[in-house]
Amino acid sequence: MQFGNRRKKLIVNAQTEQLYGHCLQFYSQSPTENISLSEFETFAVERLKLLKTVENLGVSYVKTSEQYTKKLDTEFSSLNFPFRSEKSSSGPSEYEKRRKDHISHFILRLAYCQTEDLRRWFIQQEIDLFRYRFNCLNSKSKREFLHLNNLRYDTVSVMEKTNLAEKLINSSFAVSGITVEDQDFYKVPFQDALDLVRTRKVYLKEGFVYVPHMEIVTIVLNDFRTRLSKALALTARSLPAVQSDERLQPLLNHLSHAYVGQDYSIQKSIGKISLDQIETLSAKSYPLCMRQLHRALRESHHLRHGGRMQYGLFLKGVGLTLDQALQFWRSEFVKGKVDADKFDKAYAYSIRHMFGKEGKRTDYTPYSCMKVILSNPPSQGDHHGCPFRHTDPELLKQKLQSYKVSPGGMSLMLSLVVFYFSYQTKCFCSVQIEDSGFSLNHPNQYFLESQKLLGGPGAVAGGKGDVKREDIATPKPSNVARKNTLVSSLRNRHQVTGPQLAASLTCTLKTPVSTSTVLPLSNVF
Amino acid sequence: MITLEMPAAVYDQASLPDLLPLYYRRLFPFSQYYRWLNYGGVTKNYFQNREFSFTLKDDIYVRYQSFSTQSELEKEMQKMNPYKIDIGAVYSHRPNQHNTVKSGCFQALEKELVFDIDMTDYDDVRSCCSAADICPKCWPLMTIAIRILDRALREDFGFRHCLWVYSGRRGIHCWVCDEAARKLSVAARSAVAEYLSLVKGGEETVRKVVLTDPIHPFIRESLAVVEHYFTQYALLGQDILGSKEATDKVLGLVPEDVKKELLIEFKTEKNPERRWGRLTTMAQNKRTTVKKGHYFEKEIMLQYCYPRLDVNVSKGVNHLLKSPFSVHPKTGRISVPIDLRELDRFNPFEVPTISLICEELDLPKMAGEEEDQEDPKENDKEAGERRKIRDYKRTSLAKYVKLFDQFLEEMARSRKGELIKKSDLQKDF
Repeated sequence: MQFGNRRKKLIVNAQTEQLYGHCLQFYSQSPTENISLSEFETFAVERLKLLKTVENLGVSYVKTSEQYTKKLDTEFSSLNFPFRSEKSSSGPSEYEKRRKDHISHFILRLAYCQTEDLRRWFIQQEIDLFRYRFNCLNSKSKREFLHLNNLRYDTVSVMEKTNLAEKLINSSFAVSGITVEDQDFYKVPFQDALDLVRTRKVYLKEGFVYVPHMEIVTIVLNDFRTRLSKALALTARSLPAVQSDERLQPLLNHLSHAYVGQDYSIQKSIGKISLDQIETLSAKSYPLCMRQLHRALRESHHLRHGGRMQYGLFLKGVGLTLDQALQFWRSEFVKGKVDADKFDKAYAYSIRHMFGKEGKRTDYTPYSCMKVILSNPPSQGDHHGCPFRHTDPELLKQKLQSYKVSPGGMSLMLSLVVFYFSYQTKCFCSVQIEDSGFSLNHPNQYFLESQKLLGGPGAVAGGKGDVKREDIATPKPSNVARKNTLVSSLRNRHQVTGPQLAASLTCTLKTPVSTSTVLPLSNVF
Repeated sequence: MITLEMPAAVYDQASLPDLLPLYYRRLFPFSQYYRWLNYGGVTKNYFQNREFSFTLKDDIYVRYQSFSTQSELEKEMQKMNPYKIDIGAVYSHRPNQHNTVKSGCFQALEKELVFDIDMTDYDDVRSCCSAADICPKCWPLMTIAIRILDRALREDFGFRHCLWVYSGRRGIHCWVCDEAARKLSVAARSAVAEYLSLVKGGEETVRKVVLTDPIHPFIRESLAVVEHYFTQYALLGQDILGSKEATDKVLGLVPEDVKKELLIEFKTEKNPERRWGRLTTMAQNKRTTVKKGHYFEKEIMLQYCYPRLDVNVSKGVNHLLKSPFSVHPKTGRISVPIDLRELDRFNPFEVPTISLICEELDLPKMAGEEEDQEDPKENDKEAGERRKIRDYKRTSLAKYVKLFDQFLEEMARSRKGELIKKSDLQKDF
């Protein structure tokens, strides 16, 4: 199947009808068309954004609640993924969406099949996504889906249903007389419905489980999970061949490490930090990279461009206003070799630029960890970058030991350990402290989390509860309770100290290279 | 007329070394055994890849035994004279060559779904015996277990070939031999076992059965079986509402207010059946007045009678379980199939011991027994086979082998039926 110019009339043949005939699919057939490398990357990144949203919303909301659904709806349409089947399912745009859904799923399989952690994360989000989409279908669409996918779930005849009515009602708390009358019941082999059998939540007769239509999603999800699990194992095996394509390797690496979450550019706490708090904050709540930069700035009253960008944007994320930032940098620089005039001429401009007040007025976002690590490695005289990536282990060890950690900062040190330990395994996106659903991959996030733990001014104070949760994607318990779980789970999970860890670090990462040529997917999948 | 005197065949573990060779040479039903585990030869190497384990004299335990043919199995067993035989899974390769297989490739693929009910697990609710002892008073627990589980396996799960076997000492085993059962995954076996479990909790748990609305049809069916046996077994046999100690234990399972009232009533009412009647009535009353379901009388019945199975035995595909027709070294009893048509009459103390059947072998032929018909075409080997076939028939083992035969016949019929169905679907003629 070849698609050159999008404007050409679409050739909808039997194959595409099968693949894209329904807005939802099991992804059992791999794509075979040719696409451009840029489309390859775009598709993948957008699906990743979607899955990250699924993850974040899943932590903050009950997965079937209205708020969850509404927010996921919004993300869906904004990212152009196939939406509810009520919309017209014909025409290029819906078709394009389904194609994107199909191809992007397979690309992410490549990126997420390699380790147990990555697979688990991917399967979990894809399942949540599937559940959401299946539940959005109307009854007819659900049936169509089952039919299209040869799911051997026979409908129970009305007669049998009536005969078994009492037993069906008595088998499940959720089933009433009305349910039996109104809904279809499906006969599913018990091996496909083990969770329902195990807990005896369903009627079982002669090896078949009698599932009401409203529960069929559980069965379908089990099926989906099994298929996906098997598929990922297979993908992992064929991955070396795929990775030998030089154009793909950096892309795929980049994907499984890509940060697509909160960008910390909109801060509720703007103006809530005063400049004289910065010193204390740097000791208590800065991640190591920023602490390093701050110290360097204080000591030499200067930072080079890379350092100014990294630290400057971080401060913006922390909540400094443009005026505060200008004051901060000027006060520091004039203690050194730069006088006030020179500062205003040479450096103020770039600070204003950072805040989107100059040039093309891009409001730059604070760098994520990945960006800090991957782009612009520091050279002699630089203090930016990631200490764990760019610093010699011995030196790093000394640094960690020299940074005196106050009692309140102990938990932060531990979180440092966690954060950098995860970097060791190169699984940024999936840093999870399971008990608290905490995920760490951005310096400003680190700052906010630590401020929360300490109850400091940098924490997002008050505000609308919902919005706050949405920004941070942290679990619901109160600060105190969460502090306990966070700290204790940190302690339990990682008994390695910073210095020990530093001593054993080795990291190599290639900088991604991309070309824009056409990629035949049939060679990939 | 020859008057037959049956010498008292007392079993002594010390005589096993003498009895076992006799048992394995002349009585063990090898051809039925092979017929069973070969499953009609439908799957290639199914018998060859089956693991057996033997416990030999002096507790020497050998695993990963496997055999290519029935004849090889016979020869080996006659050579080793195992005290105990266990059956394991059908593996991906011959178990006796598992060391030659690349690490990770040697996998357990299939095995019958099995259940093991052990009387020891009921010690907290039986007053007549404890540990490895059993007696006619507590044996009904096994009867109840078989009835409940067999019904569920057949009617709920659709399994049709369940072989129930007396373990030889204190319990029963079930071998579910359907093809679907043999192919079940670990997760599926575990789910089946959980579905069948109602009594939960160990030493620390007083109330081991908790029922909530709605009462699942499976529980209802199981209760019907328990109710059938409850009066005779529990109220009369076990006397659970007789002595103060026993009654207090039962009352520990009812709500406080009911307990208080019953204690008062029991001061004057001493008859166990009437006591139970009062308890049941109070439960029913509670249900009509209070909104939440109060099922304590049902919970008590289940706690005292419902089968307690060990989920771990059922879960593992590679789990080894004592083989039917194996000897139990401690009691000498043969692990024989149980006839479900005569279930209520089954008496574990009447199950033949190895010493009994070996003695029966030596008995002179009765008048009227079939004369040895010499067939000129028959060679020594075949004559030997025939004699051997007739050998077990002269002993108390006969009826159990016959039962096993019927079980195997049922499976063969089923297989044939399946083949016909399949070929019909494919329109092969």
